[in-house]
Amino acid sequence: MKKLSARRRHPLAALVVLIFALAATGGLYAAFAPAEKAQADETSQSLAIEEGKKLYTVGCSSCHGTGGQGTSDGPSLVGVGAANVDFQVMTGRMPAQQPGAQVPRKKVVYTQAESDQLGAYIASLGPGPSVPEEEQYDPAGADIANGGELFRTNCAQCHNFTGKGGALTNGKYAPALDGVSNKHIYEAMLVGPQNMPSFPDGVMPPEDKRDIVAYVDEMNGKEATNPGGLSLGGFGPVSEGLFGWIFGLGALIVVAIWVAARTTKAKKS
Amino acid sequence: MSTTTAADDKRQPAGKGEKLADWADGRLGIYTIAKANLRKIFPDHWSFMLGEVALYSFIIIILTGVYLTLFFKPSMQEVVYDGSYVPLQGIPMSEAFASTVEISFDVRGGLLMRQVHHWAAIVFVASMLVHMFRVFFTGAFRKPREINWVFGFLLLVMGMFDGFLGYSLPDDLLSGTGVRFMEGAVLSVPLVGTYLQMFLFGGEFPGTDVIPRFYTIHVLLLPGIMLGLLVAHLFLVFYHKHTQFPGPGRTNNNVVGMPLMPVYMAKAGGFFFLVFGVIAAMSAIATINPIWSLGPYRPDQVSTNAQPDWYMGFSEGLIRIMPGWEFVIPGGYTLNLGVFIPLMLFGLILTAPMFYPFIEAWVTGDKREHHLLDRPRNRPVRTGIGAAYISLYLLLLVGGGNDLWATHFHLSINAITWTIRIGFFVLPVITFIVTKRICMALQRRDRDKVLHGRETGVIKRLPHGEFIEVHAPLSQEELFTLTSHEQPKPVELEAGTDENGVVRKAGMAQKLRAKLSRGFYGEDNQIPKPTADEYKEITSGHGHH
Amino acid sequence: MSSETGPSKDVSEEHLPSERVSHGAVEPAGDPFADPGLPPHEHRRQDVDERAAKSSERTVALLFVVSMLATIGFIASFVAIPVDRITYIWPMGNISALNFALGMTLGISLFCIGAGAVHWARTLMSDEEHIQERHPIEATPETKAQVLSDFRMGAAESQFGRRKLIRNTMFGALALVPLSGVVLLRDLGPLPEDKLRHTPWEKGKLLINQNTHEPLRAEDVTVGSLTFAVPEGLEHDDPHYMEELAKAALMLVRLEPEDIKDKRELDWSHEGIVAFSKICTHVGCPISLYEQQTHHVLCPCHQSTFDLADGARVIFGPAGHPLPQLRIGVNSEGYLEALDDFKEPVGPSFWERG
Repeated sequence: MKKLSARRRHPLAALVVLIFALAATGGLYAAFAPAEKAQADETSQSLAIEEGKKLYTVGCSSCHGTGGQGTSDGPSLVGVGAANVDFQVMTGRMPAQQPGAQVPRKKVVYTQAESDQLGAYIASLGPGPSVPEEEQYDPAGADIANGGELFRTNCAQCHNFTGKGGALTNGKYAPALDGVSNKHIYEAMLVGPQNMPSFPDGVMPPEDKRDIVAYVDEMNGKEATNPGGLSLGGFGPVSEGLFGWIFGLGALIVVAIWVAARTTKAKKS
Repeated sequence: MSTTTAADDKRQPAGKGEKLADWADGRLGIYTIAKANLRKIFPDHWSFMLGEVALYSFIIIILTGVYLTLFFKPSMQEVVYDGSYVPLQGIPMSEAFASTVEISFDVRGGLLMRQVHHWAAIVFVASMLVHMFRVFFTGAFRKPREINWVFGFLLLVMGMFDGFLGYSLPDDLLSGTGVRFMEGAVLSVPLVGTYLQMFLFGGEFPGTDVIPRFYTIHVLLLPGIMLGLLVAHLFLVFYHKHTQFPGPGRTNNNVVGMPLMPVYMAKAGGFFFLVFGVIAAMSAIATINPIWSLGPYRPDQVSTNAQPDWYMGFSEGLIRIMPGWEFVIPGGYTLNLGVFIPLMLFGLILTAPMFYPFIEAWVTGDKREHHLLDRPRNRPVRTGIGAAYISLYLLLLVGGGNDLWATHFHLSINAITWTIRIGFFVLPVITFIVTKRICMALQRRDRDKVLHGRETGVIKRLPHGEFIEVHAPLSQEELFTLTSHEQPKPVELEAGTDENGVVRKAGMAQKLRAKLSRGFYGEDNQIPKPTADEYKEITSGHGHH
Repeated sequence: MSSETGPSKDVSEEHLPSERVSHGAVEPAGDPFADPGLPPHEHRRQDVDERAAKSSERTVALLFVVSMLATIGFIASFVAIPVDRITYIWPMGNISALNFALGMTLGISLFCIGAGAVHWARTLMSDEEHIQERHPIEATPETKAQVLSDFRMGAAESQFGRRKLIRNTMFGALALVPLSGVVLLRDLGPLPEDKLRHTPWEKGKLLINQNTHEPLRAEDVTVGSLTFAVPEGLEHDDPHYMEELAKAALMLVRLEPEDIKDKRELDWSHEGIVAFSKICTHVGCPISLYEQQTHHVLCPCHQSTFDLADGARVIFGPAGHPLPQLRIGVNSEGYLEALDDFKEPVGPSFWERG
């Protein structure tokens, strides 16, 4: 393995990593796929776990403990599942930068392949939710209206009507869902990162989650429409009131000043 | 036509317009009305037009509101939506909500009319409030205009409540949360709360009666009363003639400005179109109340950012900062002060301005008519009171949106709530003191300006080496404007003996009044304006300041 | 500054306001602050220069023409643009083309009429200021005396003061007659009775998952998850669906039994699964901002915060009492069921609550 790490910068390294990544993804899938298929992928799976463990030791173990058992600085990762790892790592929340009420979303430091290897390692510590497949969170063909109804029942109380986020106690917050990928939204529901409760498949079946993902995509994605014009942040009456005062009444006062002002006088000769 | 004079008109045969006017005069007496009003004089100042903004937005609201009633169905009958908006297809909702979505997506121009209606409502209440503060700070509420102040106040309050009812009509998740809040507030009323709640909602919350009932109040009852008050308000404006700012040639017994016909017909009429144009453009540019993304109301659903429209925001602030005081009193009854105290404070903060003109008149003992406006700096206590009120109002508005301030400024919502709890008691006091001091400082500056002239910024070196700044003398107009205000004396206690030698003791009310009056006009609360003698002494070159 | 403004023999001329430009009005010798009267009217450019006036006229006419064009644009947009057309317009994003076109054309057509009229008034109509005298509002003493005497005469002729029987019965009748109106309001709604004290929950009713509309099993509810439930048999076509839902909405979470600090809460739970009313005890918002690590729930409306691990005690905000808990268990088939109705009224407090 030392040999491998020495050749990290070899032109073909990216290709090798990609192969590993594919292998890891396949391996993860295999873990939950029918048995005969799993048999074939077992080697690549154990390879990914091996790689993941190395990454873990370097990047995560100082807070989460050498075996993922957790320390005073970070919770136990046994049984959190690969989906949780993918969410935390690929939204940049992990590795955390500084202590605070909540770990914010930030720049992603790991590649998808590395994240998958980490996920494979964490999943090997105890069974947990695995990373969803693309067809699970593909909005195409989902029931958007049902997703909206489920969103308003389960999600809007924290994340706002259209996913603009909201405040929780003592500086914590439910983040805005703008620009969050469908996969990560799905994973968040599945695992309940940080203070968010989870919505396991037993109470919210995968097709319901897909409907919610589709609704968020419709209301908040790139193609989202605001028929009436500027959405003013989608925060409701507070931003509407500010807009009304500043641009409505403000503009009218400017107009009133013009109406009432004296017309310029002819220069005195 | 424009060159003909009145003398020429007599010789010409009556035109068609004149014949029509004759006909109307024979039945309505229009010539007599027009004689007094056609060339009525109105003073020009932009702040006098704030009330016009309110008037015009009210007209816009009525026009668009009538249009909306043609399509809106005020019913809580449950239907399953099958219209063109995909994210709601197949969702059960009330007819009120479904018809509002239909107006927004299937009626051409319906969305625009909804947005104009709602934006105009936001501007309507905002302009009424600003108009009221203009009247307050300039003292335009004083005799003979106290009743018109009350009319205006009633219009503001009714406008607020009509707005609340209006945005509740679509029966969406956001406004439904507001209605649920109202239910809780009604329930908190001691003794009769549950009865009021049952009678208001026709049974348990939400029932199927509340939207139709709100609809009737929103489109008929309140606008009807408001229209009546508005006519009375405008009539009194005409009858009293408009106030004016002090200045050369402007006295308490005249009004200086331009005639209604033609200048104000063009300016005020034109301003209506300007206001309508701005609000229409706003409605083209910015969404308001996108009910389709809020979803239909269900009592088990909610969203964060649950705020009322801005004019109810201060009540939201009150309720959010209140600690949860709830007691069971002997007899087994519950006193829900956590809701009832904010409800009472809401009423108090809302109605306090209505009484102000009468309180000030009593305190100052002023019984004369006032048609000249005060400059706010010359009435430091009144200005301080107004500023303190605004500071409290704004603080509560911030409190009403505490969750948004928390997320946008990365603060703890609990810390914000605590800050506002403390600020509720502290901020108005500080604002009062600071504002009063600023007013006094401005009075001092005016005094210096009158006595020593305006600073020109030109520095001049004297022969013996001293540098001085050249001060330019003020014009007669400026001198008059800066010194023409009255400086009333505080009311004295009518103590002492009456003509029969009996000692009269001042009552509690009298003592309070004298004390308050000193607070208004005592020596520490206004800077004596320069007298002609002081001025002459300095200008004659012998004086030493 | 004032220390520099003292009169000094060298500078008194520029330094002190010893001379003033007066606009012709008389300055009484005694009063330097006298009212100089209205300043003389000054002409605008348009008043003296016909070219400028013509230019103003053209501007006004242009504004009116633009308004006409905008109105035609409004009608054209109404006819030509489909109601569901979505267009991208910076910076607003994907917006309704029709709404934008109608709003802008309407706005321009109205604004230009207003701007034209105001420009006309400002530049071409006479801007000479006029003085109008005010008249006292109070009546003259003679008028007042006349009115009072007329009133007394009328009052005397009516014999109102003399015939007390008529006066008293009339007041009585007038005072009573509005009561009919008040009585009519009685049927606005039913009496409260004990309606606020009961919810559709009762012993044996299954907990139905609001997402799937299927009965919930204990193992479905995992630690850290949040589930919403309604009672079995509560259907959309029920005429009182909304009212029942407004009281019955339930929030389910599973805590580690050792984390539960309140003994009654533990007794009423099933293996750490606790069921609380979703309706805030403050003013009834559906409270459900559950923080799974702190076990706090926050109300999005007014920030009342409850600790679900400690009997849903209020730890912050304006709510006055804990969220009511529903006692739950598991039936023989492994489904979660209610063991009772709520023991106290759900939702906001009221006078008779006790």
